[in-house]
Amino acid sequence: MSLKNLLSEKRSSIIKRWQDAIVSSYPKDSRGFLKRTKSQFANPVGCIITKEIETLYDEVIKGDNADKISSCLDTIIRIRAVQDFTPSQAVAFVLQLKDIIREELGNNHSPDMDAFDKQVDEILLMAFDVYSKCRQKIYEIRVREVKNQVGKLLERANLIVEIPEQAPGLRDDNAKTSL
Amino acid sequence: MATTPKPQETAKIDHRPPLFEKGWMDKPAEIRPGIYCYGSKPKNLEYVGMPYPKDWNPEDEDWQLPENWKEIIEEGFKDRLDRFRSLKVFMDICVRCGACADKCHFFIGSGDPKNMPVLRAELLRSVYRKKFTTGGKLLGKFGGGRDLTEDVLKEWWYYLYQCSECRRCSVFCPYGIDTAEVTILGRELTNLLGLNIDWIAAPVANCYRTGNHLGIQPHAYKDMLDFFTDEIEDITGLRMEQDMNRKGAEILFVTPSGDVFADPGTYTCMGYMMLFHYLKSIGLDITWSTYASEGGNFGYFTSHEMAKRLNAKMYAEAKRLGVKWILGGECGHMWRVLNQYMDTFNGPPDFLEEPVSPLTGTKFENAKTTKMVHLVEFTADLIKNNKLKLDTSRNDNLKVTFHDSCNTSRGMGFLEEPRYVIKSVCNHFYEMPPETIREQTFCCGSGSGSGLNAGEDMELRMRGGLPRANAVKYVHEKHGVNMLACICAIDRAVLPNLMDYWVPGVQVTGVHEMVANALVFEGEQKRTTNLRGEPLPGMEDEEDV
Repeated sequence: MSLKNLLSEKRSSIIKRWQDAIVSSYPKDSRGFLKRTKSQFANPVGCIITKEIETLYDEVIKGDNADKISSCLDTIIRIRAVQDFTPSQAVAFVLQLKDIIREELGNNHSPDMDAFDKQVDEILLMAFDVYSKCRQKIYEIRVREVKNQVGKLLERANLIVEIPEQAPGLRDDNAKTSL
Repeated sequence: MATTPKPQETAKIDHRPPLFEKGWMDKPAEIRPGIYCYGSKPKNLEYVGMPYPKDWNPEDEDWQLPENWKEIIEEGFKDRLDRFRSLKVFMDICVRCGACADKCHFFIGSGDPKNMPVLRAELLRSVYRKKFTTGGKLLGKFGGGRDLTEDVLKEWWYYLYQCSECRRCSVFCPYGIDTAEVTILGRELTNLLGLNIDWIAAPVANCYRTGNHLGIQPHAYKDMLDFFTDEIEDITGLRMEQDMNRKGAEILFVTPSGDVFADPGTYTCMGYMMLFHYLKSIGLDITWSTYASEGGNFGYFTSHEMAKRLNAKMYAEAKRLGVKWILGGECGHMWRVLNQYMDTFNGPPDFLEEPVSPLTGTKFENAKTTKMVHLVEFTADLIKNNKLKLDTSRNDNLKVTFHDSCNTSRGMGFLEEPRYVIKSVCNHFYEMPPETIREQTFCCGSGSGSGLNAGEDMELRMRGGLPRANAVKYVHEKHGVNMLACICAIDRAVLPNLMDYWVPGVQVTGVHEMVANALVFEGEQKRTTNLRGEPLPGMEDEEDV
């Protein structure tokens, strides 16, 4: 049986283990809540992990839609990027898939398995990009907030006047004018 | 039927007795950047006479505590147990049933168990047991008690300032324990040692001195309203000047200063101005004040005494101007303080009169003792009595949902009026799921000093706001909701960033911005844009846009 078939056959138990592995990255006293509370509004983190890991697994098996994989990663990592995780802890769940699959299928070395490992490595790199993007967003929000708080205040108190976008004598080729 | 555990699950059973395992009591808090706000600066504490001002960094090992710090806290704790029956009861009656445990947005968003309301209160309760109960004294840790140490104090500070005092947990407590009150009193204790966050301490000092949290001086405050007058004139062709500090006016208007300087609150502010101008010709006699220029009561996040001092300023200004009653803008904790504390803080303000709408004759009996009416209620009454000519189609580009602010919903039961006003000025309104609105509303994640709009704790704000954003995302995807309405200045300051991170494509507005967009004025020019300068529906091709 090909690896792809095996992965499809063991789908539900692999997904379950993968979800459990992510939940295990949270403090012990919180895991029960994350796993058991089924309302998507009362427990967004747990429900998102459950749903998105399932979709992510299916997309990984199919392996032809990088956008969908990236979108699943984004939904999960966007949360982990603002929780108490180091950057490596936030994305480590991707690598855990390798171990889970070996535990389920046995440690059989095969070219298919090598190719699959390589695919997981690529997804890990995507996860790194997603994590960086989320953190970048946080910093962007911080900077914009400070600018808005101070800049608007000065302008409205008539302490500064910015150059208007449209003004007489402002030419498009201004940039080319030599000083 | 009970499910049988699978072999891999049974293999995971930990055979060590839990007694020998490190529990929450033995794990000191790890104070993480992104989660805490900067410590209070000495000048801000000195200005209002708070004890032990110092330059300190919460990440430092040494918090520069006075030598007798333990005594101060224990004395302070004892004093508050005597003065506040609620604290004593809340310390004693919790049975740790866990009903509140998963109701806190900070716990839901972070997964940190010390953000469970029960555990957050237990941080204090454990010290209470050890110091003040016989059982705790005798049994120590086995009776749920522990000594007050520097680590415990740091843990208090870290977690008490992560609570937004939103009181969602109290809705679910079968005993009615209000964990927010535990937080409030716990924060009072930290303030005995000069341990506040600067995003509370600075606004307190500024409100006390200048009258608003940023320290905007009277001339700048007036300049800003003049700026809005020009903007409104561009949009409507009408000059809507406002009265400032006018003695003898019938009504004093007080609103959070955030409305005056921070987008998108500024559009709400323009909304107030337009409504007042509209009503002027039919008998509204109202003035703004550059001294009572802050509705928000940051003292409430420091101590009851400080809340009282700041609340008193509003009434002192009402007395100075000789008004009959006060109208309050779209604010959060201003209303909680007013509705729940004002009467015993500074009441009764007998120099004021029981508020009556000069336009409809409606008596606001609910404001009989405080003499202060919520603007949304005032507007709802105007609409109900057909006093406003409204063109709702001007808001047709908006698909609106409403975020109940914790303070107005749980703090004063203000649920229907904002919805009535929104539905009267907009044609497309969609509620978020029932377990996320009204009394069960999720906090914006930044209220009551758990960061406010400080930048340094952005991670805390984003994860605390996740449950709210998650519900907005649901209506955004299901109904195409693109506007999140609210009636709180902190909401207006922090929700745009929350949306930007979790639900891009949803903007944030105050209710009176939408009211003013719909309001049809006698003699106005053809309106082509809304207050934000964006084209009104159907006006996209107009030249003026």
